[in-house]
Amino acid sequence: MTDTIQDTKTLTGAEIVVQALVDQGVEVIFGYPGGAVLPIYDALFQDSAKHDDRLRHILVRHEQGATHAAEGYARSTGKPGVVLVTSGPGATNAITGIVDALMDSIPMVVFTGQVPTHLIGSDAFQEADTIGITRTCTKHNYLVKNTADLPRIIHEAFHIATSGRPGPVLIDIPKDVQFGTAEYQGPNEVTFGHTYNPRTKGDQGKIADAVEMIAAAKRPLIYSGGGVINSGPKAAEALREFAALTGAPVTSTLMGLGAFPASNPNWLGMVGMHGSYESNHAMHDCDVMICIGARFDDRVTGRLDAFAPKSKKIHIDIDPSSINKNVRVDIGIVGDCGSVVSDMIAAWKAQRHKAADLKAWWDQIGEWRARKGFAYRGSDTVIKPQYALERLQALTKDRDTYITTEVGQHQMWAAQFLHFEEPNRWMTSGGLGTMGYGLPAAVGVQLAHPKSLVIDVAGEASVQMTMQEMSTAVQFKLPIKIFILNNEWMGMVRQWQQLLHGERYSQSYSDSLPDFVKMAEAFGCHGIRCSNPAELDDKILEMINSPLPVIFDCVVEKAENCFPMIPSGKAHNEMILGDVTDIGNVIDAAGRKLV
Amino acid sequence: MSTPSTSGNLPSQSAYEMTHTDSAEQRATFAVIVDNEPGVLHRVVGLFAGRGYNIESLTVAETDKRAHTSRITIVTSGTPEVLEQIRAQLDKTVCVRGVRDVTKDPLGVERELALVKVKGTGEHRIEALRLAEIFRANVIDTNLDSFVFELTGAPGKIDKFLDLMRPLGLVELSRTGVLSITRGTEA
Repeated sequence: MTDTIQDTKTLTGAEIVVQALVDQGVEVIFGYPGGAVLPIYDALFQDSAKHDDRLRHILVRHEQGATHAAEGYARSTGKPGVVLVTSGPGATNAITGIVDALMDSIPMVVFTGQVPTHLIGSDAFQEADTIGITRTCTKHNYLVKNTADLPRIIHEAFHIATSGRPGPVLIDIPKDVQFGTAEYQGPNEVTFGHTYNPRTKGDQGKIADAVEMIAAAKRPLIYSGGGVINSGPKAAEALREFAALTGAPVTSTLMGLGAFPASNPNWLGMVGMHGSYESNHAMHDCDVMICIGARFDDRVTGRLDAFAPKSKKIHIDIDPSSINKNVRVDIGIVGDCGSVVSDMIAAWKAQRHKAADLKAWWDQIGEWRARKGFAYRGSDTVIKPQYALERLQALTKDRDTYITTEVGQHQMWAAQFLHFEEPNRWMTSGGLGTMGYGLPAAVGVQLAHPKSLVIDVAGEASVQMTMQEMSTAVQFKLPIKIFILNNEWMGMVRQWQQLLHGERYSQSYSDSLPDFVKMAEAFGCHGIRCSNPAELDDKILEMINSPLPVIFDCVVEKAENCFPMIPSGKAHNEMILGDVTDIGNVIDAAGRKLV
Repeated sequence: MSTPSTSGNLPSQSAYEMTHTDSAEQRATFAVIVDNEPGVLHRVVGLFAGRGYNIESLTVAETDKRAHTSRITIVTSGTPEVLEQIRAQLDKTVCVRGVRDVTKDPLGVERELALVKVKGTGEHRIEALRLAEIFRANVIDTNLDSFVFELTGAPGKIDKFLDLMRPLGLVELSRTGVLSITRGTEA
């Protein structure tokens, strides 16, 4: 028997996990060991010794950090992020990042250990019903009952996570299944158990209709989203070509930034609650809206009954349930953004359409641009957060830069003031809005791009939620830069309390803040503090040029609000700007009830 | 869903306040073929609970042992937009092989089984038995003062039978929920 083991590829469950990861092209795993995954950690150890670290394991400090790091890795590379955690608390700690990946359609495969099958249901030590808990927060999940099922399940999980609308897939592996043995099968040898096969090619009839509609438009607008980025670099190229062919202006969701270059004259900036003045007005007034890989989120549409009232809408999405979910559209095309837009380009050319005369529309857009919706009042004495980001943009624009963010005002300012020329350069928690996302995400990005400049634009409140991952950055020599816009407030909460709750600032002050410079030093990082606008450039350069991870405590204006803002319950053309005098009265009682 | 508001005082229609009240609710029966694996029912039921859809009745059993599939029949209600969304959400679930809206199918047939216990003596007892014959219900158990009837039919027929039995001494009821299939040769 012993000499046939090699031939029939009989492996333990733990070895099957490692072999399947290798065969899936995985290079990095983010994880944290524990009792129920010890066999897999043992197999990893032996594989590393034998194969010179072909699977790098990145030890995080908290399982949430593993999931966000995997997201950062996935978003910046287009490859799935892989997470390995133990049962019980390992699994429950990972859940925030799993839901984050689900909301933002990030490909991720999560392995969780589970108590041995004979103990399942007995309230064993570190037992949690991981499959039950994660059923609604994954794209799909598996409890593996037999070692023989492992190869099929793992390969199927990668297929599901990375195809169609990407998302997290979780595989829960009881400890006895990790010890058990079975024959290993490679990705091309397994037969999938599910009939899952998402449609990627758009309906040609609808594509032809859409092209006709766009060619006849007087005020077209392309509204692109994260789907263009998920579809891959070719989709971003197709988007650029299609915008050039049609001459249409382009706006994007928070998730879609970078798919269209910010330096392109057709670019209007981000749309939505804190989007640009020109993009929101264009959204409201357009006659044909071409939504590509976005999902009409409430942060984009605002008040639905006043959303782009004069427009016909075309919606391209790989997820059929996204079409007609929030907004009824005239033409819904199910398919991969890259494929459908390429087909639209071909149809446009085949039908010999020329870019229509959109001069009147561009003149109107020029007027909105001239309103300078992102304008703010500068200061010589205190650093304005917008100024800090303008300087960060200026000093990083010629470098190979990746940006992650936490969630809040700083995130919106980063989306407004940092400009992206390429996809996969901007990593932010859009759907779930997870404070604490950016720092571990930066860890994942830096691992994938060791020579690049990776900056987490943070707030002093968010960054404390996952600060422990600085230790991970130090351990793996990842020189991430944590650029904290420190206003001593949970700024977006404070802003809403100011606007909606009579300036009653309930629990939104960041009291007892740590000394971030000392904290950086305690972690073995470099700490920088700046509160003087005149010193800002030098200190940003000091951050960029440091070979170490850096925590930059940028002390900014405390009471600055983020504008423009579409107040709750208002239409796009009713957004308020920074120079409104009495913002307390802008939002009515109905709007106050909204989130 | 987004008819223009006629008055400025209407509540905002942010996604958070979407009620879909401007289209009438309809009843719909979905036949869902799923992979027969542990937790699959929870996935489907959880989808309904998580997204706030109604379940009026639900039946499930394995229907193809070799293909390892079960058929779930769900009766739900909602506006046409909600029903479209339910269908799309079901369809994209990994373990769902196919979804059919049986209500929209002119060839669709719906049947339900009910077990009905009626207690009574004298005229009531005789009337109950007579009505059961009219409805072609079977008597599957009897005592001197009770019957258990077994009745199959469209849900409306069963409702009607129950209405008639109530004054005659209906004491206990068990229903399977709706099953559906299409007439004709096509699967």
